Amino acid sequence: MTTRNAFFALIPALMAVPAAAQTQSEVSEFTLDNGMQVLVREDHRAPVVVSQVWYRVGSSYEGRGQTGISHLFEHMMFKGTEAVPEGRFSEIISREGGRENAFTGRDFTAYFEVLAADRLPIALELEADRMANLQITEDALSTEREVVLEERRLRSEDRPEGRFGERYAAVANVTNGYAHPIIGWADDVRGMQVDQLEGWYEQWYNPANATLVVAGDVDPEAVHALAREHFGSIPARAVPAVSDAERLDPPGERRLVYRDTQARVPQLRLGYNVPSFATAESENDPYALLMLANLLDGGEGARLPQSVVRDSDVAAAAGAGYNPMVRLDGEFTLYGVPGDGDVEAVEAALREQVQRLKDEPVQAEELERARSQLLADHLFELDSVFYQAMQLGMLETTGAGWQQLGEFEARIQSLTAEDVQAAAQRFLRAEQLTVGVMLPDDEEA
Amino acid sequence: MKRWIVMLGLILISGAGGAMEADIQQWHTESGTKVLFVERHELPIVDLRVVFDAGSARDGDHPGLARLTSELLLEGTEAQDAGEIARSFERYGARVSTNSGRDTGEFSLRGLSDPARLEPVIEELAAVMQGASFPADALERVRRQMLLGLQQAKSSAADQAERAFTRAIYGDHPYASPPSGTTASVEVLDRQAIVDFHTRHYTANNAVLTVVGDLTRARAEAIAEQLSQALPAGEALPPLPEVELPDGPQTVRVPFEAGQTHVMVGQPSVRRGDEAYYPLYMGNHMLGGSGLTSILAERMREDRGLSYSSSSRLSTGAQRGRFQMATQVRNEALGEALEVLRGSFAELRDEGPSEERMEASRRNITGSFPLQLDSNRDLLGYVSSIGFHDLPHDYLQQFMERIEAMDRQTVQAALQSQLDPEHMITVLVGPEAVINGVD
Repeated sequence: MTTRNAFFALIPALMAVPAAAQTQSEVSEFTLDNGMQVLVREDHRAPVVVSQVWYRVGSSYEGRGQTGISHLFEHMMFKGTEAVPEGRFSEIISREGGRENAFTGRDFTAYFEVLAADRLPIALELEADRMANLQITEDALSTEREVVLEERRLRSEDRPEGRFGERYAAVANVTNGYAHPIIGWADDVRGMQVDQLEGWYEQWYNPANATLVVAGDVDPEAVHALAREHFGSIPARAVPAVSDAERLDPPGERRLVYRDTQARVPQLRLGYNVPSFATAESENDPYALLMLANLLDGGEGARLPQSVVRDSDVAAAAGAGYNPMVRLDGEFTLYGVPGDGDVEAVEAALREQVQRLKDEPVQAEELERARSQLLADHLFELDSVFYQAMQLGMLETTGAGWQQLGEFEARIQSLTAEDVQAAAQRFLRAEQLTVGVMLPDDEEA
Repeated sequence: MKRWIVMLGLILISGAGGAMEADIQQWHTESGTKVLFVERHELPIVDLRVVFDAGSARDGDHPGLARLTSELLLEGTEAQDAGEIARSFERYGARVSTNSGRDTGEFSLRGLSDPARLEPVIEELAAVMQGASFPADALERVRRQMLLGLQQAKSSAADQAERAFTRAIYGDHPYASPPSGTTASVEVLDRQAIVDFHTRHYTANNAVLTVVGDLTRARAEAIAEQLSQALPAGEALPPLPEVELPDGPQTVRVPFEAGQTHVMVGQPSVRRGDEAYYPLYMGNHMLGGSGLTSILAERMREDRGLSYSSSSRLSTGAQRGRFQMATQVRNEALGEALEVLRGSFAELRDEGPSEERMEASRRNITGSFPLQLDSNRDLLGYVSSIGFHDLPHDYLQQFMERIEAMDRQTVQAALQSQLDPEHMITVLVGPEAVINGVD
């Protein structure tokens, strides 16, 4: 085995990770006359295509009384049109050897097909049909309400972590639509009516509010022509303006202590309200936050697993994360699970780690290790054609713009220890923080 | 990371899988490790997996032993502690992990193919494979993590159902050993047992190495030699005993306070390589293995709104895997759901599939041919499984041909001979009054 001396450890700093941009095929962008955006990314490793239609609407667009409508509507999109009655959509894709589904987020609703590349026209025809001709019946809605309520029990109501997560979001996001669950509150789902869903369709399912992302073994020009053929005749409509609360002053530290009779293991979550790609005043800020999250939890060698888990044994598990691909402000999250039930000790240890990021500039070797990981992970992400399409769609629907992807490498390369420390000082402040604690409720257990 | 990571839950996905033939090269290293290699140069990355016959089926009287051993493989050598090991990979942008299931224990590595980055990482992996020292402090830490995981599983109806189902279908067979162990067994696992398990199972003769990515054959050979030489030669393990079918139909009830009852119905299936696998695959595909178009999804979800997810699954292993139907349903509708679930299975078994369903399934299975291997990672998993189970390199091609030629009588005959309601286990996890109110 090679001796590991200081020089050896610094080698990665001297060699940049092979440029992702060189291996990353270009993205082609088109806009149809009706305002629909089309993004195409070529990847010719396998004769496969991923087609995704993204709509700029999700749970954060909903108000009280209609929470969960984006997600319930997503379910209704499988309920049929005159040309393609209920069940036929899935059946056609299945017969063609593909798979299809959809997902709803806080800022988007997206529908996808994965198919042999020569079958892309089938997917586009079906998607265009349901963008324009969906039928919403009372019968289908009453069945689907029940399905969604079952989904809600499965994900949220019957799991301690689910119950905690919903309460946490409500406390952490006081001023915007991130406060309520994507799946909606149960009574809102129960009360959802056909006319509400028709209104949602009318309002948001509109070519100018949609982005078609196609990735895989395709030719961009051919995709453009296909998109025009299938979606081009859907009339353009105005997209409603979204009025979210302007960014507020720091809301002040908030705390949720949630006791659950079924929980067996305490959990702690610290979330700082921070900018996203879309809301950042300086373009470097989200990258500095990504770097901070990586310094804390970029791997088993990072600070939290090292200091909070292995060295001190305070926590059995600890981690951090930050997703800059959101439309409103994002959250910089730290979490911990105490090893011996002492949540306070875990909170102190996590806060100490945050303080360290503010007080001390990160050392060169550690910064380079985090940089290497971020760049390598970025390259590894290209392995999944589906995820490539997903990133483009998410960047578009959250307002960051797909071009952000091309910036990644240069921004990460240019970050200095000072940038990172300054970001910690500016964003990881107590007045931006929500602390959430879930405790087993022994008294009733 | 560990299983209790707080899921941020930022996306709700309503359910979400895919093979052209890959050019697999195969050889043995000097010390006897089987190597499978696929060259792929589109991305400058390398994926690698070393699989050992070291899963929980080898736990013996110590449930959790295989898992605990696996979790400790990256936790220290004589020369380095866990943090130093992790950073030796991370500074080159590489990702390394260990994993263990019922049949296997494995190392996985993903790194950049540039030799200046890959070589030190392979060297580090070889050092860890050779020198895992199972430090006492790491043992206690990981033990505590496993115990916490077991604690947390008690608050999950899905985990409870899975445990009860496995225990009931496998009885005394080693497959019944829960991979994450039991509180009682994990508490007393000692270091010597781990060292012995490691010495016996993590050996060159017991390993299959798969490499996919941006490498030449010569470099792949060099890497395989280096890793293989890091392992003791070892001896091949005796085969696992055969799985015996459960004595009679049985319903296992596990009380759990919740709005939904979790249901699992099934029994042991067939082993890898069994002829009956192909028609059973087809039958399962129609019943509940094909997402929104399967019989269970149609009847339970689309027609009646009984559940969000109703599916069936067929898995195979070194010995009999399992067939299982699973759903979660609001408590007041449990009786109806059970009727639909069991009724759908009985109908398919008694009457056989319709020609129309056969055709739709054939088209889906054979048409999804290219989808299964579109990423390096998927390809790695597929090739690794071919290696471990000694399947032919053109396995997928053969599989497709069999599906293409399959008729409805063959499917029905397999369902009737392999999946007998007389051996069917039902597991119900829900409120006591609810689960006691049904058969």
